[in-house]
Amino acid sequence: MHIIESGNVAAATGVKLARTEVIAAYPITPQTPLTEKLSELVDSGKMKAEYIPVESEHSALAVCIAASSAGSRTFTATSANGLLYMSEQIHWAAGARLPIVMCVVNRGIGAPWTVWNDHQDSISQRDTGWIQLYACDHQQIIDTVIQAFHIAETVRIPVMVCYDGYLLSHTYMPFEIPEQNAVDAFLPKFTPSYFLDPKNPANLNTVTLPDIRLDVRGNMAPGYMEIRHNLHSDMRRTISVVEEVDQKYQQAIGRGGNPLIEKYQCDDADFIAVCLGSLSYQLRDVVDTLRREGLKTGVAGIRLYRPFPDKTIASEFANAKGLIVFEKALSYGNQGALYADIKSALYRNDNRPFVHNYILGLGGREIKTLDLINAFRTSCTDFRKIGDDPQWIGLKL
Amino acid sequence: MSDDVVKIRWHGRGGQGAITAAKIVANAAFECGYNGVVMTPTFGTERRGAPVLTSLKISRNKIYDLSPITEPDMIVVLDHLLLEEPGVTNGLKSDGMIIVNSPRTPADHAVNGIKIATADVTSIAVEAGLKQGIVNSGIIGAFARASGLIELDILLRKIKEEFRDKKPSENAEAARLTFSKTDMGGR
Repeated sequence: MHIIESGNVAAATGVKLARTEVIAAYPITPQTPLTEKLSELVDSGKMKAEYIPVESEHSALAVCIAASSAGSRTFTATSANGLLYMSEQIHWAAGARLPIVMCVVNRGIGAPWTVWNDHQDSISQRDTGWIQLYACDHQQIIDTVIQAFHIAETVRIPVMVCYDGYLLSHTYMPFEIPEQNAVDAFLPKFTPSYFLDPKNPANLNTVTLPDIRLDVRGNMAPGYMEIRHNLHSDMRRTISVVEEVDQKYQQAIGRGGNPLIEKYQCDDADFIAVCLGSLSYQLRDVVDTLRREGLKTGVAGIRLYRPFPDKTIASEFANAKGLIVFEKALSYGNQGALYADIKSALYRNDNRPFVHNYILGLGGREIKTLDLINAFRTSCTDFRKIGDDPQWIGLKL
Repeated sequence: MSDDVVKIRWHGRGGQGAITAAKIVANAAFECGYNGVVMTPTFGTERRGAPVLTSLKISRNKIYDLSPITEPDMIVVLDHLLLEEPGVTNGLKSDGMIIVNSPRTPADHAVNGIKIATADVTSIAVEAGLKQGIVNSGIIGAFARASGLIELDILLRKIKEEFRDKKPSENAEAARLTFSKTDMGGR
């Protein structure tokens, strides 16, 4: 069944269909309607879950950590400064290997205050050990939320499902809601191999010495470094898990494909735009325009940002002349984070395309399609003029 | 660029229900076979009585460009006094159209030869049994008449669904009456 609703309602519907058992969240614009919808669903009895209101985002994720440790399927959501207020717990959830799913409704970070969209919030948390998936429209939001629980519970790593504030969260568009029985077949009940149980008391994540040592049962226990190594190697393994889960979703629900990178007109493209989120869809119209001018362009939306599908990127873009990275975030004093990641992924190739970096849309600055066309065209036709420094689009200095 | 996208900008005052009206039209458009329907409220300064606007794009194909409407094909205005506010008619295509809730005639509002359709939605809604000031259901009737984009029957059904707890028949009647009383300026 198709409905026309907001992106936040798409996310809430996915959380309900996933039969989430515990939700703890604190409202923050533009995430608020998502948590309001969930609290309505729980209050009306349409969703059988524990909704735990909290006084802050730090507590929201702390509650999720406790609930997930006790073996519950757990969800939270936030934006911007709310995400940053969680930060300590974000690292903890990953280190503790808890398969929590969190929607990050992307918003710029204060100061100065902004409630509008960019990607600085989730990008600033890219090194926490969470999986990061980005959605481009409402259909991807609901499908990705459902898939996220499967991915998280398969590899025991928490997942952020990121989507653009306002552009998606508050925009209405049609999307299809999967049948509950199909979702149930795809996503079985969460049955962790170990969980907090009063009948079987245990300490979890206690002080871990620098070196390995014997545990109370006389077994050699990993040290901090081994535990962190395992998180990293499981993150690398997650790239193929994301592909497998997507295939399973296609079989169960009949939708999916391109879980790592979503390409448009890339097969014969000389110049490929690369970005995260709904911007990659806006760039499709730009590609159509430039193709009519005779420029072989394409656009690739990165759906899985962490773990980074670097080998796929290196092989997919091996024949391109240039990659143009459009970003709504910046590693201040250096370059766009995605830009640096893309360049690093391409380093293994013998023939490397040029790579340009455009910064745009910070704090909700309007991204004009005409500006995208002009920047993309300049990168194709005058590429030697543009160096390694980020170029700004829409800046009014 | 997708040339088949119809771009409609809705202007109202906070509390008048412009967003709800655009949402009803979006639902009806989708049911009529427009696969691309994107409705984007503009946020930031929502106060009762303050000017608000929302964008609605309709296309036979999926819409990928979520950027704000700069050159609308149609502008729907829920309060004719808003036409005096700066920016309300900005970017309107030369062959575009203004659909406005007004007690006056299109000739009274005429500017630079732009097509205008008027309907006294405020009075018609009261005639249909609604409280004074409920205009968001009625304006949909004027939109249907002036745009010719969406079948009235489907719009009336979507109005009843949206207002199922708030005088559904009266709201649908307001739209139906407005449809028949919209002044197309002699066209």
